[in-house]
Amino acid sequence: MRTAPFPILVLLVAPLMASVQAATPADLLKGYSAEARAQQAGFTPSAQRGAAFYARTFGVSAKMPACTSCHTADPAKAGRHVVTDKPIKPLAPAANPERFTDLAKADKWFGRNCKEVVGRDCTAAEKADFVAFVTGGR
Amino acid sequence: MKTPYLFAAFLVLPLAARADKLVIPANAPPAFEAECGACHLAFPPALLDAKGWRRVMTQLDNHYGDNAGLDDKTRQAIETFLVQNAGGDKVSGAPLAKGEPPRLTATPWFKRKHHEVPAKVWQDPKVKSPANCAACHRRAAAGSYREREIVMPDGRRWEEKEDD
Ligand code: HEC
Ligand code: HEC
Ligand code: HEC
Repeated sequence: MRTAPFPILVLLVAPLMASVQAATPADLLKGYSAEARAQQAGFTPSAQRGAAFYARTFGVSAKMPACTSCHTADPAKAGRHVVTDKPIKPLAPAANPERFTDLAKADKWFGRNCKEVVGRDCTAAEKADFVAFVTGGR
Repeated sequence: MKTPYLFAAFLVLPLAARADKLVIPANAPPAFEAECGACHLAFPPALLDAKGWRRVMTQLDNHYGDNAGLDDKTRQAIETFLVQNAGGDKVSGAPLAKGEPPRLTATPWFKRKHHEVPAKVWQDPKVKSPANCAACHRRAAAGSYREREIVMPDGRRWEEKEDD
């Protein structure tokens, strides 16, 4: 019985830990928008700008010219990595509820994908527009 | 008189049978599957030697034309795991392409295992790259590479082909 207090402690703490990490796409949109407003007064996210960014051919990388190269023209559809052919789950939270629920994960992929496709980091404004677009403009 | 031989066979058999099983060791840090399995199959560490894995892990932001950069802590945990479970001489000495870390599909072991695969099959649009193990080994994600599970890009089983 000496070990009992530990499992009880874990049971008490685990839900707290989960709630610290859990975020919604709306939280991420709010965070990126606030960051963008700090750089550019009066910024409001635009799903239309996000759609244009998503569809744009940057041409920085021959193999990965656009976001659509791997994520397809429709973010609600499953994609495939252009080089490795590995299936990629849809980006739109409506089709894949795991998307944009973890800020660190979203930032990591914006970091990688923007550098290789756009040739630089995406701005907070671009990220906010992008999230507005994939979440269906809400 | 035959007993010693039989006995030897029993000792060797389990080792030989493992040639078609390549699983991820259970002590893998959780980040391994999540990070190294995001863009391709999480490759079994036994497919490259320790030196090769160190090379792979020192240039993740310049990763065969992709960007697989990680924070230092995660990178270190994955490197330690890969090096501890790395393969030996058979999977070392892969020739290097300029600026690239070594490829596990260029090791003598990989070449030998696939010497019967016609060169043009690697370029098939359904395969794209030799590193796309799952294009032919249908149960690669489960670590299984048995011959009878192999389906070639033309949709035919490898074993049927050999019978032609
Ligand atoms: C070379 C292929 C490729 C290209 C091109 C690409 N991505 Fe991705 N992207 C991926 C992969 C692989 C993942 C992670 C897959 C997973 O989590 O299932 C991902 C995930 C993401 C995520 C993570 C979302 C989340 O919260 O889970 C974001 C955001 C993202 N990509 C944005 C972009 C943007 C913006 C572009 C264009 C500038 C882009 N991607 C282009 C391959 C690509
Ligand atoms: C952002 C996407 C991405 C991530 C994340 C990623 N890789 Fe890769 N990896 C690639 C691409 C693209 C290739 C080239 C594939 C090809 O040419 O067929 C590759 C190739 C490789 C190869 C060489 C395969 C061959 O051709 O023999 C190894 C080894 C490798 N990756 C290991 C790793 C490890 C270990 C990790 C985790 C630390 C990792 N990768 C994470 C995209 C990624
Ligand atoms: C183009 C299809 C194709 C791809 C891609 C491919 N293989 Fe194979 N592999 C084969 C065939 C066919 C054989 C059987 C060759 C023979 O019988 O000589 C084989 C044999 C093997 C074997 C030997 C199995 C045994 O019974 O000894 C292993 C292990 C293996 N492959 C691993 C891999 C790994 C790991 C990858 C990815 C890094 C890979 N293969 C990619 C077609 C492929």
